Amino acid sequence: MNGIKDLLYREPVVINEGVELFKEDLVKQGVQTVQVNFTPPAGGNPQLLDILDYLSDPRRKEAIALANQEAVKRVITSHPVLVGYGKALDVIPGMTAKTILHAGPPITWDRMCGAMRGAITGALVFEGLARDIAEAEVLAASGEIIFSPCHEHNTVGSMAGVTSPSMYVHIVKNKAYGNLAYTNLSEQLSKILRMGANDQSVIDRLIWMRDVLGPMLKEAMELAGEIDLRLLMSQALHMGDECHNRNVAGTSILSQALTPYLAQTGFSMQDKVDVFNFILSSDYFSGPTWMAACKCAMDAAQGIENSTVVTTMCRNGTDFGVRVSGLPGQWFTGPSQQVIGPLFAGFKPEDSGLDIGDSAITETYGIGGFAMAAAPAIVSLVGGTVAEAIGFTDKMLEITTDTNPNVTIPLLNFRGVASGIDVLKVLETGILPIINTAIAHKEPGIGMIGAGIVHPPMDCFVKAAQALGQNIR
Amino acid sequence: MTVKTVIKKNTYFDSVSLMTLSTKANKIEGIRQAVVAMGTALNKEVLHNVGLYSESAEQATPGDLMIIIEAEDEAACDEALIQVEELFIRKDSGDLNQEIKFSSMAAAVKRLEKANLAIISVPGAYAFREAKKALENGLNVMIFSDNVALDQELALKQMASEKGLLVMGPDCGTAIIGGKGLCFANEVRRGNIGIVAASGTGAQEVSVRIDDFGGGVSHLIGTGGRDLSETIGGISMLAGLQALEEDPSTEVILLLSKIPAVAVAEKIYSQVKSCSKPVVICFLGGQQEKITAAGAVYAKTTKEAALKAVVLAGGKEEEINTHPLNLPLIKEIKAKLRADQKYIRGLFCGGTVCQEVMGLVREKYPNVYSNIGDPAYRLADVHISKDHTMIDFGDDAFTQGRPHPMIDPSLRIERFLKEAADPAVGVIAMDFILGYGAHNDPAGIMLPHIRRAKLEAAQAGRHLEILAFVLGTEKDPQNFSEQVRMLMKEGVTIASSVVNTGLLAAGFVEKEAQ
Repeated sequence: MNGIKDLLYREPVVINEGVELFKEDLVKQGVQTVQVNFTPPAGGNPQLLDILDYLSDPRRKEAIALANQEAVKRVITSHPVLVGYGKALDVIPGMTAKTILHAGPPITWDRMCGAMRGAITGALVFEGLARDIAEAEVLAASGEIIFSPCHEHNTVGSMAGVTSPSMYVHIVKNKAYGNLAYTNLSEQLSKILRMGANDQSVIDRLIWMRDVLGPMLKEAMELAGEIDLRLLMSQALHMGDECHNRNVAGTSILSQALTPYLAQTGFSMQDKVDVFNFILSSDYFSGPTWMAACKCAMDAAQGIENSTVVTTMCRNGTDFGVRVSGLPGQWFTGPSQQVIGPLFAGFKPEDSGLDIGDSAITETYGIGGFAMAAAPAIVSLVGGTVAEAIGFTDKMLEITTDTNPNVTIPLLNFRGVASGIDVLKVLETGILPIINTAIAHKEPGIGMIGAGIVHPPMDCFVKAAQALGQNIR
Repeated sequence: MTVKTVIKKNTYFDSVSLMTLSTKANKIEGIRQAVVAMGTALNKEVLHNVGLYSESAEQATPGDLMIIIEAEDEAACDEALIQVEELFIRKDSGDLNQEIKFSSMAAAVKRLEKANLAIISVPGAYAFREAKKALENGLNVMIFSDNVALDQELALKQMASEKGLLVMGPDCGTAIIGGKGLCFANEVRRGNIGIVAASGTGAQEVSVRIDDFGGGVSHLIGTGGRDLSETIGGISMLAGLQALEEDPSTEVILLLSKIPAVAVAEKIYSQVKSCSKPVVICFLGGQQEKITAAGAVYAKTTKEAALKAVVLAGGKEEEINTHPLNLPLIKEIKAKLRADQKYIRGLFCGGTVCQEVMGLVREKYPNVYSNIGDPAYRLADVHISKDHTMIDFGDDAFTQGRPHPMIDPSLRIERFLKEAADPAVGVIAMDFILGYGAHNDPAGIMLPHIRRAKLEAAQAGRHLEILAFVLGTEKDPQNFSEQVRMLMKEGVTIASSVVNTGLLAAGFVEKEAQ
């Protein structure tokens, strides 16, 4: 139909971009109008605007759209299931006796933040590679230990993400694409290694997890075969979790699924009681599990030529790192940001370390901060109202490629979660992904001090767009 | 005094909202001055000028919000800052079905599939990108933004032609589609006269005069001021003309513009010649012969164009109150002015209003100066009047970095007081533009200043004649009659049209030959 005639014969139905007063006047006249609040794309940077324009030429736009559809299709159709537990050294590709995996993009010892240093020295003591923390610091700085990002080993790690050879990890398999993903076990509580704490109580717990919890879970899964994580994750979302900062429901249903098999293991009654009490001690028990499920799905979307979909968002407490499907093997980094949110009593904002952890894999997949509307119970934790939570969740539709029909939000009429963050849309709209997260103390040895929300720095997306501009012909 | 600068990264508000906010911020007790603005080069310059510039402000990008506060001391700054931050908080209705505001055209289109028009009022540097996206999504576009490059305008209009879409603008402030006013538009009667106009306030005036003469408007299509230039070639006016010819609700067509480029005028005449509906053409200032030769009806002024269109559309001329010039009034005012009160100072919000008044005054006096129009009669300094001076406050010289004078009257008020103090001035003429998008009480904010000016002139032993033209209809949101009544109460003379404004002003300062 002729566009002009449609306007003149029907009636104006308006998209008003810019001055909001015009929209208000239209609404007064009964004109159906939606408002677009304009933000200078790419922060007004002319060089980036040129890149965006270059990439939006019809031929490239089409190629990118097709690639992104493929990437998101892989994310949506991924089917992660829990298949077992095992020692990191035995199961994680590239793991060695002197390798320590950490959260976030690559980083050297001298640039690591307090929580990361605390976790690494604690892990070295736990592994018996150092007698005490002081000795561990010398060893860590010596160059003898290989530090490598979890993400480069099909692994994710919550907070500091420190994963050492003898720690037990989840093994998650993508039934649709065959790839595997790994992640550490939850240490529960707040004074824990991944938050940078490393006193004897922390080391003792790690030893128990290595000697009792891990092997018992491993044996249970050998009996169980597999547990469908995508199904459990979807159910948890329907039960009020967003599967990042709230895991009450997820932990209940995961432990329900594990319990019959845990009960059948050959461990002593006391060990079993200890394990059940440990699970009971924190709702966070299933938190890492969902991270591994998300990692499994996102890895399946890696390496699709011309795709501008983000497959990794992670932080090491110093840098925030992003990886993009169409640019395999490349990291795009910017400074880790301050997390804004309530702190435990006795701590002040200046105590908090910067954003840290691989847990943003949940937002990369579409849950966590992206599914705030699913978890009204925690909107106060992140300082907002329910309406704001819905607003956040809706906003994320503007920077993503599609919605995931397999993981839905009841409050939004069972709309699927926003999936496939698009670097170009982030720059175009100026909307940054929202991430729910915990806050670790900035000094080593202390632990978790709060939780809140944070965004990646725009720099990551700027650098990614520059590389895409070079790469897409 | 302490200055505190807060930069909010990646936080964007439009200049109109920020002006409102800045105004409110400056009213907060304890604040000596406050600036709330985006980190553009222009705004940084403003900071330099008001002595609020700092290194941290330098770091702000155009996508960052700057809040700068000057107060007694650090504590007062912090206290004030809290209050400024509160201004940004929109009250939460608690309604879960809150209206969604989008951050991208693409997302909005997805949600509102029936949309057929995008109105774009983003900063000019970005308007092209946004308009292009709108066209790609199959939307007609009205570009309110100015400062869009000419080649970009051409590219957009060519793209629209290929897609059968309409581009109104850039710098298009006024349109009425199916009875709905877009941006700056008046609430006029619906009817059978379709308008295509290359000027904003000219279009408002024509539509309001049509309403006043008892006629009505089917659609008013704006084209932007450069559409009839050689480069653009009248793409939008020709498209509008064709659309109105095919539109069943339109019976008479009215074209309004400054005199087009020669080649463009020829194209228009040729399309008019084959048009099946009567066409009235007003190219302010002429081309009577060519217009008549093309089979169209010539109108010299906006008022004449409106009247002729209404008559062609079925109005009975003898039943229309055409508001003829009030000759006894001219005589009366002439007598009140002293011999040395020779000059008219016109202070206008509307560009076409200014231009048309200027044209009419110039027919009587050669020494009419302005910040727009004929380069031979440009003011050396737009802030200093010379002889008869007509100022268009909507021109770039006055709108850089601030909202249109129809919304923000402060510059005109300043200038008004200056002109009122000049003993050589006999008449100050002003327009008060009503309708959507305009200030909600343009007359009201002027009243105290008018009162003061009149009083001071009287104390100096002279009469100061203030001539006002209120552009609007009774149905406009501002209440036309009340605006007129308020002005009359202060002794202001009211003109009934742009044309009469020019003719009355010229008459008032006419001196009898000695």
